[in-house]
Amino acid sequence: MAILVDEGTRLLVQGITGREGAFHTGRMLESGTNVVAGVTPGKGGQDYEGVPIFNTVEEAVDKTGANASVIFVPPPFAADAIFESLEAGLSTVCCITEGIPVHDMMRVANYLKTKDATLIGPNCPGVLSPEKANVSIMPRDIFTPGNVGVVSRSGTLTYQIVNELTQREIGQSTAVGIGGDPIIGTDFIEILKKFEADPETECAVMIGEIGGNAEQLAAEYVQGEMSTPVVAYIAGFTAPEGKTMGHAGAIVSGGESTAEAKSEALREAGIRAATNPSEVAELVAEALGQG
Amino acid sequence: MDLYEYQGKELLRNYGLETLPGIVAGTPEEAGRAAETIGGTVAIKAQVLTGGRGKAGGIKVVNSPQEAEEAAAQILGMDIRGHTVRRVYVEGGAEIDREFYLSVTVDRTAKRPLILFSTEGGVDIEEVAETKPEAIFRLHVDPLLGLLPYQVREIVFSAGLEGDAAKGVSRTLTNLYKAFEDLDASLVEINPLVVTKDGHVLTLDAKVTVDNTSLYRHPDVAELHDVEAADPQEQRAQEVGLQYVKLDGDVGILGNGAGLVMSTLDVVAQAGGEPANFCDVGGGADAEKIATALDIVTSNEQVESVLFNIFGGITRGDEVARGLLSAIERTGITLPIVVRLDGTNAEEGREILAENTPENVVTEETMLDAARRAVELARDGRG
Repeated sequence: MAILVDEGTRLLVQGITGREGAFHTGRMLESGTNVVAGVTPGKGGQDYEGVPIFNTVEEAVDKTGANASVIFVPPPFAADAIFESLEAGLSTVCCITEGIPVHDMMRVANYLKTKDATLIGPNCPGVLSPEKANVSIMPRDIFTPGNVGVVSRSGTLTYQIVNELTQREIGQSTAVGIGGDPIIGTDFIEILKKFEADPETECAVMIGEIGGNAEQLAAEYVQGEMSTPVVAYIAGFTAPEGKTMGHAGAIVSGGESTAEAKSEALREAGIRAATNPSEVAELVAEALGQG
Repeated sequence: MDLYEYQGKELLRNYGLETLPGIVAGTPEEAGRAAETIGGTVAIKAQVLTGGRGKAGGIKVVNSPQEAEEAAAQILGMDIRGHTVRRVYVEGGAEIDREFYLSVTVDRTAKRPLILFSTEGGVDIEEVAETKPEAIFRLHVDPLLGLLPYQVREIVFSAGLEGDAAKGVSRTLTNLYKAFEDLDASLVEINPLVVTKDGHVLTLDAKVTVDNTSLYRHPDVAELHDVEAADPQEQRAQEVGLQYVKLDGDVGILGNGAGLVMSTLDVVAQAGGEPANFCDVGGGADAEKIATALDIVTSNEQVESVLFNIFGGITRGDEVARGLLSAIERTGITLPIVVRLDGTNAEEGREILAENTPENVVTEETMLDAARRAVELARDGRG
């Protein structure tokens, strides 16, 4: 088992002929992902690396039975691409695009509530279930199959931590990058719920950031309803107040949104909170009884 | 992107919000002439992109052009929370009856716009939230529907407004929400929103923040960006799509991805060092971008060593390595650079570096080791 994507995933790539879309489609194919279709308006009828290209998502779903999509469409058109895939009935939509206007995402997020679908991202690295499906831009070589679920607001920090886990021979069930924007499709809690329900996931790692209060809300859920052990790490202990730290969502704007305050709230909820990426791997080993 | 009060008001006037007559001035003489044009009692208000200017002495009420000139001379050049005042706004007076607070902002958790209204205006809203929470009315708007008339009535009635005040606040709220939506704002705040003795509802102070990612569809707003107010290096970084933030230590940090960069700052601090700055090259950074980033990070004179931490995903290790080499060649940087390269095409990247390692470049395998090394080298650099 894994969450969100697995052997049953039939993937569609929106923006398959763009620079990033093409490069990462190649890598997803190399990982053994079942990429069944691509969409680039105006390029229908062509193919890329043997993957048929369609003009619209609806047509692609109709002809190939795609059930998930990954979006590499530029920011001005990305919200439209998300609406298109949700309308076409895809159950998992993963938007990699960085820089989508916040107002566009508010509309998407509220529309999403009316659909039985999961949107991961935007501004995220995607979802990867090792040796099952790679719907992401994550470097697959650092992953190894196993029982740790990883959920993160940050892309590269996820790689760093997965790498530390793999070096300790701790494998992963699924890694999910939920994205670093102020408005995202899926929050920590929804992913943690899926890990809790997944019999294969024995420990969950939550990687947060400064800004907002998503980590505190997740801590309440973990304390109240989760039996799977959780290890967390909040980056940005040294972040100054009022400065946006790379992610639009990462800004210390009040006492509650500092890494210190968040880590404290997590510890109070019984979550093991690390102070750097290496410590995360140590705490996971401990939680799994391998310390 | 934060806008100055006078810029925000100009935009809001397009949406029918009422303001007092005002003129921007960059010198005391200009302020004097502005006061003469407006006539009567005027306020001289510092234009800075930060709060708390009133407490800092950045607002003065005067009664003549002569006094206006004197007040402007005091305020111009003043430092308010690290921001130098380069302009003042000379604004006419009004007979105030009541003061309110009104804002629309983005609620990240609810994923919806949030309207805040309070009958306790003119003071710090966070203070009101603590001392008198019942005086703040909150309302979420469904962005798919927009602000509905019944919601406006709900706010006005629950705040107990009547007559001209009720009508004026309703109109202002409707217009303000329209502006919030149209301008792709992440914040529009009027504090205070005043009701004058003759029943007008006026925007006395305005704070408008426009979402940076939407500026491509608001070229007129993007033009309002005050280039001089930003740190020159932060400005240069922004122009090429890099995130750069200046801090106070001596280890320059360059990495990809906000999370990894923040974590790198943490690890440097844990290794006993202090970051001088950081530059996030983001996803998919090519050689050119890397070169510019390195140039920006090292242009800060406090920097004694550079920690270059890349974990490639969409960013490719070979391009990073080429960018690093070309940057060193182009700029002749001699500062020690500690490189840690992992992820997509990292092996190719490491090979490129191994073939042409410049003298000042050292590589480390792990983030922790790289941080320790960079801290050591910075210490050596300080001597």
